[in-house]
Formats: sequence, C-alpha cells, structure tokens
Amino acid sequence: MELTFYIAAAVAVLATIMVITRFNMIHALLYLVVSFLAVAVVFLTMGAPFMAALEVIVYAGAIVVLIIFVIMMLSLTREDVEQEKAWLQPKLWMGPALLSFVLLAELVYLLVIAEMPAAPAAGSYVDARAVGLALYGPYVLGVQLSGILLMAGIVGAYHLGRQKKKIIHRFLQQQEPQKERSAVL
Amino acid sequence: MTTIPMETGLLLAGVLFMLGLISVMIRRNIIFMLISVEIMLNAAGLAFIVAGSHWAQPDGQIMFIFILTMAAAEVSVGLALILQIHHQLKTLNSDAANFMKG
Repeated sequence: MELTFYIAAAVAVLATIMVITRFNMIHALLYLVVSFLAVAVVFLTMGAPFMAALEVIVYAGAIVVLIIFVIMMLSLTREDVEQEKAWLQPKLWMGPALLSFVLLAELVYLLVIAEMPAAPAAGSYVDARAVGLALYGPYVLGVQLSGILLMAGIVGAYHLGRQKKKIIHRFLQQQEPQKERSAVL
Repeated sequence: MTTIPMETGLLLAGVLFMLGLISVMIRRNIIFMLISVEIMLNAAGLAFIVAGSHWAQPDGQIMFIFILTMAAAEVSVGLALILQIHHQLKTLNSDAANFMKG
C-alpha cells in the first residue's frame, strides 16, 4: 500500500513537469489528465475514495473537456491535415499512455489484491457517508455559498462569452440615443 | 504496517503547487497560465485531503469539495475571458493585454 502512494506521487510530479514544459497545448492537456488521475490514486491510498471519484469526474472530466472546447473554438492550428497525421505518431501518446498504464496497474492491485477500506496507506479511512453528514450538517452554509458561487459563475461566463452583434447594414443599425445619455450625465 | 507520514503527502502537495507557480511565472500563453492555476488549486486540495486523512475527520474532504466548486466556476469564467481576449486582441499572449482600454 505504501508503494502505491509513492508510485502515484512520482507519476503526478512527472506528469506535472511534462505539463509545464510542453509547447503544444493538447499534449499538455493529455499530461494534465494523467496528473489528475495520479492525484486521484493518491486520494484513494489516503483513504478518501469519494474524493478520488470526484477528482476524476470534475477535474479530469469536466474542466479538461471545457479547456479542450475553448482551444477548439479558437481554432489555433493552421496546418490541419499535417497536424492530424502528426497526432498519430506513437511518441506523442506513448508518454501519457505509459504513465496512465502505471496508474491502471495500481488501481487493479488496489481493487483485487489489497483490501482497500481496511488499510489505507496513510492516515485513516473516511467514507462518503461521514463526508455527506458533515457537509449537510455543520457546513450547510458553505453549500449554499457554493450554490451562489456557481450561479455567479454561470452568469459571468454567459455575460463574458457573449459576442457582439454583427451589423449587417448601416441602415439597419439602431441609432444610439446619445443626446439623452449626455443630458442625463 | 508502517504508514506514510503526513509530511510526505504535504511535500507532494508543495511540489505540485511549486510546479504550478513556476509555470504561471514562466509561461506567457494565457491558457497555459489557466492550466497552471488549476494545478495549484489541485495541490491545495491535496493538502486538505492529507490533513483530513491524518486526523480522520471529514472536514478536509469538505474543503476539497469547496475547492472543486470554486475551480469549476473559476475555469468557466476564465475561459470566457480568454475567448474575449482572443476576440479583441487576436492573440493569446498575456503581454499583449498589459494596458486597459475601456
């Protein structure tokens, strides 16, 4: 069990170093997913399986997909076909695949061989039930504040991401009420 | 069985946080800076998980849930800002946005 923690920690640090030294954004995101998965395995060995699941779903799932969508919307690649051929070279996906294979081997070891809930590698096991009871007990104000924060995030993202309307013809353009505004000011 | 000391987990969190901080300082691509902020937030959450696991309390995991919520809201607003910057300046270099124009 201790060895799984150290291997996952080494994979996390290695993948993070690869993230911050890549020049291609998609390669960096590939290593970023591996880094988040490694941190999820660290959570599992720390006795927090619910947080490991949340890490995989929210960080490695939602956030990375959101960043990929924005990169695709920006359409930064000029050479599309050559780039698409270059994706399929083994040396590009071999690094993340190797690191995530290490994590997969650890996960199989933890699920099959070791008895996971009985013996976490460090600290002690805190299951999802205790987390839920504390979250909706003493921390219910924080849950409400999180809801307000997410609402503000949705409204802010909608407001900031909105593009200005394109003017089709200058006759169709609406006249700005400048006199009234200056009179008010 | 011998357990891992808490300092090792906190050391891992510190190393990940320092990597994110270095990346924020050396990178000029604004998407890479956002990714580095995500790495730093993840490292902070890891520190909370380690501490909560050490004292066998669920409080650390609850703080991680709050950090997760905050990271999700932050990345959505940050990506909308990146879209606006790319729309206005036609570049992702953060040095190009060093002056304010209303």
